[in-house]
Amino acid sequence: MKPAPFDYLAAKSISEAVEALAASGGDGKIIAGGQSLMPMINFRLVKPTILVDINRIGGLDRIEKHDDRLRIGATVRHHMTATDVLVFEHLPILQDAMHHVAHLTVRNRGTFCGSVCHADPAAEMPMMTLLLNGTITAWSVRGERQIAASDFFLGSLVNALEPDEFVTSIEIDTLKPDTGWGFEEFSRRQGDFALACAATTLRIEDGVARSVRFALMGVGETPLRLAAIEEIIDGKTVSESLLDQVSEALNDFLQPNTDLHASADYRRHLAGALARRALRDAWKRADLRKGKTDD
Amino acid sequence: MTEQKITLSVNGQSYTRMIEPRLLLSDFLRQEIGLTGTHVGCEHGVCGACTVVLDGRSARSCLTLAIQAEGTEIETIEGLGNVDKLGRVQEAFRQHHGLQCGFCTPGFIMAITDMLRHHPLETDDQIREALSGNICRCTGYEHIVNAVRELAKERGPLK
Ligand SMILES: Cc1cc2nc3c(=O)[nH]c(=O)nc-3n(C[C@H](O)[C@H](O)[C@H](O)COP(=O)(O)OP(=O)(O)OC[C@H]3O[C@@H](n4cnc5c(N)ncnc54)[C@H](O)[C@@H]3O)c2cc1C
Ligand code: FES
Ligand code: FES
Repeated sequence: MKPAPFDYLAAKSISEAVEALAASGGDGKIIAGGQSLMPMINFRLVKPTILVDINRIGGLDRIEKHDDRLRIGATVRHHMTATDVLVFEHLPILQDAMHHVAHLTVRNRGTFCGSVCHADPAAEMPMMTLLLNGTITAWSVRGERQIAASDFFLGSLVNALEPDEFVTSIEIDTLKPDTGWGFEEFSRRQGDFALACAATTLRIEDGVARSVRFALMGVGETPLRLAAIEEIIDGKTVSESLLDQVSEALNDFLQPNTDLHASADYRRHLAGALARRALRDAWKRADLRKGKTDD
Repeated sequence: MTEQKITLSVNGQSYTRMIEPRLLLSDFLRQEIGLTGTHVGCEHGVCGACTVVLDGRSARSCLTLAIQAEGTEIETIEGLGNVDKLGRVQEAFRQHHGLQCGFCTPGFIMAITDMLRHHPLETDDQIREALSGNICRCTGYEHIVNAVRELAKERGPLK
């Protein structure tokens, strides 16, 4: 199908973009990579009165490291994140995750921030933002505000932004040199959205897991950061019996949907299996990296 | 909804047109300037038939607005060769029977043009990953993989 008519502005600055959004009275939309928005516009599922294109705003196409956080600007494309040297050195789990996002041609255009704003419950970057204690920076005519990732994902394709807010960058944790990580996803074909996915990071201190982060996606309306699972693992050795305990807990806790792609039971089973693999990988990597520091 | 003026380069030639913002790049290429080699399958980013090269990188022309392409350089299948003189990727597809009906072929060839410039294609896994964004209902992909394997070998490792 073809899009319904709309106006278009190639904004040159953040203030021009937020003023246009405010003037549209809630019916304007930002377009970044367009890889999720354009399909919805072509099908007329979304009919904005104006599209505010942010691709020509200078200075937003950067990945920067500030202390132990990476800041990813609004026009940083997936392929750039996948090949960035800071990501390679300080956040190998993100590089791994990127390889599961769509296909190379889609990664040439799609952006990290656009993916997080789109808030697809089966998308990798929203989950990674939650796993890595992300902070979303949003601008509007009222000024700037920060939103914690834990407050950002409200439902399937629903985020905590006001209609006139523009996300200019997202900050996420880097991994300390002694941190191990695991990322496991199952999808039907290379580049398809996940049926389920697990991501985790941990360190080994005195023989037990510490600083555990654990997240899942594809099994709920939003990505899930699971403090209850992190608590089960914290202070323990990752053994097969601990992994049994984790999958049992997940089994009790998760309420995935049945849809065209998979039944709820199958998704729950996948989540358990992927969680086990991701935790085993994280433990192995943490063991190899034990005691490493920044220099 | 007011029309806006755009100027862009397609296969090295400059075009200026007044267009509605909602015009897709795929429709601009096919209807405004008559280059119908770029095919349109799904119009939601899934099939890859509409793939073109935009400022050096492959892109879905059905997920790009023509107006966003203002000032850019686009490469389409027509720029690579013609029936009398096939380009190298087209020739490899012909030799290896990488097409049957040909509907998906322009998209594959433009995607592969980008991959050959920017991506490691040393193993079959890498080749299949690179091709995963394009759908072909005829060939079963095997012959396309064969064509790309030969092209990748010819290119050598990525610098
Ligand atoms: C065939 C195909 C397969 C795909 N497979 C996957 C996959 O496996 N995993 C995956 O994660 N994704 C997948 N995607 C989606 C892809 O990753 C998109 O790039 C991403 O979801 C959206 O990023 P974008 O920059 O294209 O955003 P857009 O499409 O431009 O925008 C998406 C939404 O976010 C809003 N938005 C964008 N940027 C901002 C901003 N800075 N501030 C406020 N709002 C903003 C827009 O208004 C819109 O509502 C796939 C896409 C296609 C076409
Ligand atoms: S027509 Fe563009 S991807 Fe199918
Ligand atoms: S050759 Fe017919 S779809 Fe590919």
